[in-house]
Formats: sequence, structure tokens, C-alpha cells
Amino acid sequence: MAIGLQHYIILSAILFCIGLYGALAKRNAVIILMSIEIMLNASNVALVAFSRFIVPDLLTGQIFAIFVMTVAAAEVAVGLAIIIALYRQREKVDVGEIDLMKW
Amino acid sequence: MQDAGLSIAFWLLAIASVGSALAVVLLRNVFRAALLLISCFFAIAGLFVTLGADFLAMVQILVYVGAIAILLLLGIMLTKEAMRGSPFSRWQVGAGIASVLLLISMIWVFNQTDWPKTNTEVALEPTTAAIGLKLLDMDAGFVLPFEIASILLLAAVIGAIVLVKEK
Repeated sequence: MAIGLQHYIILSAILFCIGLYGALAKRNAVIILMSIEIMLNASNVALVAFSRFIVPDLLTGQIFAIFVMTVAAAEVAVGLAIIIALYRQREKVDVGEIDLMKW
Repeated sequence: MQDAGLSIAFWLLAIASVGSALAVVLLRNVFRAALLLISCFFAIAGLFVTLGADFLAMVQILVYVGAIAILLLLGIMLTKEAMRGSPFSRWQVGAGIASVLLLISMIWVFNQTDWPKTNTEVALEPTTAAIGLKLLDMDAGFVLPFEIASILLLAAVIGAIVLVKEK
């Protein structure tokens, strides 16, 4: 059977849901960042698949994917900086115990 | 023949990416999770190759494997959290149910939608020059987002330095 758009977007949905589960169910902040990276990668797969199968000569999806990667790089740099700053203050990176902004 | 090769490559890479993503989420050892995240990134780079996006596959390896995965490994080492493993929170079951429901509804929508059919035979040619021209085209390009992305990166670098600076 030839591989089509459906295969790629369903794969992307599976990866996104795995990432969502990790982001919601884990307590270690670094693992949560990793899960968010999996979700961003899943969206990239969907963008490139749409670009390849629906508008093959426009490349718009690939350009969107480049911007997603830029934002992911910025996000992981700032996210890790926040985690390390919190670790210095409290000696832990458990999101269940980081409640500075809890009202 | 080319179709059969593409199918085999797709299924292998799909199994590799989903398997290593599941391992990242389910393993208790943080360090192994980070290493499997790298294999997930490599598998997704392979998927980009099967989609004919050669430039994106290389950027994926450079940015995700070369920068983001290394940053995450550094984060694990600097926080010494590896000893405590990566426990699940109280909402583990609820999160699982929510994710599975979202997955089922997304697959249902994908199967219901009537996707426009285009020719699936795309000539395999390098995309780097085309992406560059498209990105910086003055009329229909992405010049403003491109500049905003560079400012965002600068802000992220300065923000990261300020956040981790010793008082």
C-alpha cells in the first residue's frame, strides 16, 4: 500500500498525544520539556506532510516548520534557564512542589 | 519499486519514532529517556527525508540533536535530578485518558475529512535554494517573520543569561 497523507498525519497525532501525556503526567520539569519537544516535532511532521502532499510546489509547510524549530530552540533555552534558576533556589525540579505562583 | 522502499522506510521510522517517544514518557531513568529522545529526533529526521524535505532533515539533526538534546542532557546533569528518577504525578490516569480521547477524536476527524488529492509523484530535487528564495522573497515571502525570529532568538539568549546569572 502506498504511503499517503493519512499515514503521516495519524503518525503525527500519535506522537502529539504521547507528548501531551508526558507533559501532563510527569513531575520532572526536564522530562516535561522533552515531552513538549516531542509535541513540536509531531506538529512539524504534520506541516511537512501537508506541504508535500497538498501543495508540493509551494514549500510553505517546510518554512513554517523552520519557524517552529526556531521557537522550540528559544523555548528550550529559556525553559532550562528557569529550571536551573529554580533548582538553585529550591534544590528540586519537581513541578508538584514549585508553587511560587499558586494563588 | 520506489514505492515499496518508501513504505518500508516509513514504517520502520514510524515504529522507531513512536517507540522511542513512548520510552521517553514511560521510562523512570531520566538519562535513558534523554538518549531515547535523541533517537526519536533522528527518526523524525528520517521521516522528513521520506517526505522529500532534505534541508529540514539536516536542520532537524543540527538543531534538535545537536543543540536541544545536548541542552536537555546538560539540564539533567546540572540539576542532579537523575537520582530521583522521573515519577508520575497524581494526574497520571486522567492525563492518559485525555490523551487517548484526543488521539481517537483526531484520527476520527482525519478519516472523515476529504483531503484534496494532488499528484503524489513529486520530483526529488534539493529544496535548500527554493526555501531560501521563498523565505526572503520581497513580494510573497516571509521577511518579517524571519526578522522577528531573529529578534526572538536574541531575546531568548539574553533572557537565558539573565535568568541563570548569579546574584
